[in-house]
Amino acid sequence: MNLILKLISFTGLVLTIFPAVLVFTGTLSFDMHTTLMLVGMLLWFGTAPFWMKEKKL
Amino acid sequence: MGINKLLNRIEARLDATDEYEREPVPENKLKGWRAFLGMYAGEHTAGTEFVIGALFVAHGVSAVNLVLGLVVGNLLAVLSWAFLCAPVAVRTKLTLYWQLKKICGGNLAIIYNIVNAVMFCFLAGAMISVAATAVGLPFQIPMPGLDDWLPTSVGWIVTVFLVGTVITVVAIAGYDYVARFANISFPWMFLVFIAAALAVLPGLGVTSPSEFWTVAQERIWTGEPAPGLTQFTFWHVVFFSWFANMAMHIGMSDMSILRFAKKWQMGFSSAAGMFFGHFLAWMSSGILMAAAAGAVAPGLIAYNSAGVAGAICVVIAGWTTANPTIYRAGLAFQAVTPDWKRWKVTLFTGLVTTIIACFPALVMNLLDFVALYGLILMPMGAVILLDVIFFDKLNLVSNYAEKTGITFNWAAGLTWVLTLGLCLFINLYFGVEVFFLGLPGWFIAVLFYIVFSKLLQKKPESATQSV
Repeated sequence: MNLILKLISFTGLVLTIFPAVLVFTGTLSFDMHTTLMLVGMLLWFGTAPFWMKEKKL
Repeated sequence: MGINKLLNRIEARLDATDEYEREPVPENKLKGWRAFLGMYAGEHTAGTEFVIGALFVAHGVSAVNLVLGLVVGNLLAVLSWAFLCAPVAVRTKLTLYWQLKKICGGNLAIIYNIVNAVMFCFLAGAMISVAATAVGLPFQIPMPGLDDWLPTSVGWIVTVFLVGTVITVVAIAGYDYVARFANISFPWMFLVFIAAALAVLPGLGVTSPSEFWTVAQERIWTGEPAPGLTQFTFWHVVFFSWFANMAMHIGMSDMSILRFAKKWQMGFSSAAGMFFGHFLAWMSSGILMAAAAGAVAPGLIAYNSAGVAGAICVVIAGWTTANPTIYRAGLAFQAVTPDWKRWKVTLFTGLVTTIIACFPALVMNLLDFVALYGLILMPMGAVILLDVIFFDKLNLVSNYAEKTGITFNWAAGLTWVLTLGLCLFINLYFGVEVFFLGLPGWFIAVLFYIVFSKLLQKKPESATQSV
């Protein structure tokens, strides 16, 4: 279960940064970049809290 | 369940919170590297980074001066954490405030704590303001500009109070929650900073990495300050990035954090905050400001470059820094009001901070405020360093107030006041800007504290070695 959650979280991070790279290279529209970033954010915050439990100060 | 019963349970839960504010952290509560890396990275990739990077552009820093200045300044900041703050924190395992009480006595510690807490409130207030610029976007609330000092609308005040309330509630919930929030947010937040800057580069004329440096020099960090602002040089960038957190490292406030460290080398974990946070985030926000044609409202420039995710990033970035800052301010006030429970103190602190956040003057003059706040708290950091690490070697009595029972250590008090007085003199009569005063000020404080202690200390018969 943790592995699946981590994979979804990782996908969220990829969707946060990779669309911007594609905008930079001219292969993705700016609007699609902002939409994908939003999806990435939802994936990250929807899954990361469940497996990032051990790190606290 | 009746409402009174529920409230009683909540109060009992809050009162039970014990984070070793007033006693050394026990061995089994010490933390490893990951906790500190996450904490520092999250804390220094903050909402205010959106403002600081943009203000560097407004002050006409050139691209070369920015990059070199940030490398040198951030490195000096990391070394300050590792070699000054961390060794003291690991040795004493106390917060700054309780260590100060042992050295300075109750009355001087109270004065210092009030000043310290007020400074933290201002800092956290700036972060709440930054977050509010994003929260207000969907409601089309007019955002403050560079020239605004007073609240710009009722909508702005309502937005600030909304943000301040949420941040205060999270801070009340306890420090574990704060650190957890920062840990979870940081990886995503850091990527948003980078992605936002990357996505607006084509609009500035950068379509390949090889074009970046040319555009950076000609369209972003042009070396031309905005009308009415002073020109920043390499040395401004070095000293600002070194002393932006002067209160935390040289001023010893991060004893509150690093007292949980297993060894002093964990002070190097601050590099995560300085290089992933400050270095890249300040550069990114400079790019965003140039792409937004000079706009400074962080929520707006983030939304223009990364959409809704960018605006939410600004909110979260503000939270992750405001939370530990309100927590620190709460600790400072609590030392003054030992009969108050921590949650009540934090609630009070959050309210004061939120009121301060309503005034945009703070954010628009953030560089000067950050430099001033570090400078004001710095002399007591020098006092603590000398007292904990060097006083035995100098044949002076450490923790003098605790051992002699005095409530006001005049050696420390005079050091603090006269150092700041001398810094003010240097500023007024030699025209040295506030950004540069921390360095001579620290040496002045060291000299004063040794001299005054030699003159004023009377050896108590029961004097023992320091903690």
